[in-house]
Amino acid sequence: MPDYYLSYLYVFVFFATGAVFVAALLTLSSLVQPKKPTAEKLRTYESGEEPVGPAWGRYPTHFYIFALLFVVFDVEVIFLFPWAVLFRDLGWYGLVEMGIFIFILVAGLYYAWRKDALRWY
Amino acid sequence: MVEGPFGIDPVLWAVLRLAIAIVLVIALIMNGALLLIYLERKMQAVMQDRIGPYHVGPFGLLQTFADAIKLIAKEDVRASQTDATFFIAAPALVFSPMLAAFVVVPFAPPIVGADLSIGLLYLTTLGAMGVLGIVIAGWASNNKYALMGGLRSAGQLISYEIPQILSLVTAVLVLGTLSMVEITELQPGPITNIFVLPLAFVTFFMAALAETNRTPFDLPEAESELVAGYLTEYSGMRWGTMLALTEYGNVTIVCAIMTTLWFGGWNGPGVEAFPILGILWFTLKTYAFILVFMWIRATLPRLRIDQLMSFCWKGLIPLTLLNLGVTAALLLAFPDTLVPVAIANWLLLGAFALGLPALQRRRLRRIRARLGAGAMPAPRSAS
Repeated sequence: MPDYYLSYLYVFVFFATGAVFVAALLTLSSLVQPKKPTAEKLRTYESGEEPVGPAWGRYPTHFYIFALLFVVFDVEVIFLFPWAVLFRDLGWYGLVEMGIFIFILVAGLYYAWRKDALRWY
Repeated sequence: MVEGPFGIDPVLWAVLRLAIAIVLVIALIMNGALLLIYLERKMQAVMQDRIGPYHVGPFGLLQTFADAIKLIAKEDVRASQTDATFFIAAPALVFSPMLAAFVVVPFAPPIVGADLSIGLLYLTTLGAMGVLGIVIAGWASNNKYALMGGLRSAGQLISYEIPQILSLVTAVLVLGTLSMVEITELQPGPITNIFVLPLAFVTFFMAALAETNRTPFDLPEAESELVAGYLTEYSGMRWGTMLALTEYGNVTIVCAIMTTLWFGGWNGPGVEAFPILGILWFTLKTYAFILVFMWIRATLPRLRIDQLMSFCWKGLIPLTLLNLGVTAALLLAFPDTLVPVAIANWLLLGAFALGLPALQRRRLRRIRARLGAGAMPAPRSAS
């Protein structure tokens, strides 16, 4: 097995260990802890008041707008990484190409800015 | 595959090395959390003219041990309205990416879990995965505070991820590699990357504060508004895993990235002769940054959510994009020297540091003018 795959085996094993470790810790905790559930104890916390309805309802749309903007910029960033590594080989051609790409996105950001999409009410 | 020490069979060594790496990293996270919580309490106490923990053990050193034992022995309450599957899965979902990030952290020349060729990209990916766990925790709690905390957290973390990654890309332009070990090896001398790219460091630092939910960007857990944000319904060891272990682990990770990219990682006096000494330098540099994080927590008040979002989208993102463009153009115009890049970066940093307060003052004046003279207290100079 070459080193390349061995590296990613490390990543995979670390992920799995994280989950196993948390499970082990919680199991250890559940072995030593007292368990005396009551109806009041298991009620959703709402600053001591009786909870009014479930929390799974409507919530403000700003989050949605920012998530949309984020998706656009995150895709941009994914393209930036390979360009940044090969930056010196690509030279001015690569810079101009990337400049056009970023300019389109910045124009979009400017549009969102002028439309007040970036304002939090 | 490399030959192990003492002539150990390569396959056996590969397995053994993996096991050692996992044990060391988990030990580091557990001890780091115990130590950092103690340090944070003590430092804040000193800064606020208090004594801080002093009852348990000498200088209160065993206080966090006592807290950990108490957390493990505490009843684990899960409210009846919660979504059981995701509520239980959330601690592992935030903990696993944090643990996996330690794979690429270069502690010393011979001590690095796996030197991935895409190390930095890998780290940013894991940062995004942590958000998923937090949103799931907020949603599964079925609690209004937790839901708002989780959503705010999503909004904040994804927004600040963009300036963070753009700062990293600016550094990669200069360094030309994504591998954490190669990045460290490129900065052997006393002149490290911080002298070339100070602005990228400052923007990364701010974004890192927001990414780790530290003051002044700790809105997801703003006690005065949201009780404990996405952690409201969590108690006992579930809470301990999510807050104590994961948060301090994430702080360690971002500080390790800053150390590696801008301050030369393990490099320091005597490392050529004794490579193992790199651990000392790396740890000292990383912990210095963690102490700065704590210092900031004791100093600055929390931002409002609208200030937080507009600072990112109208301030940091245009600034980091500008910095990226200027750095790229100057690197191509002067391929043999980094001096023009450094000068441009220091100038931009100066403009940012002086321009931001000026912009804020202008905005405040405008608001005062719009509201009329009597609506707000007059500025001190006018009275």
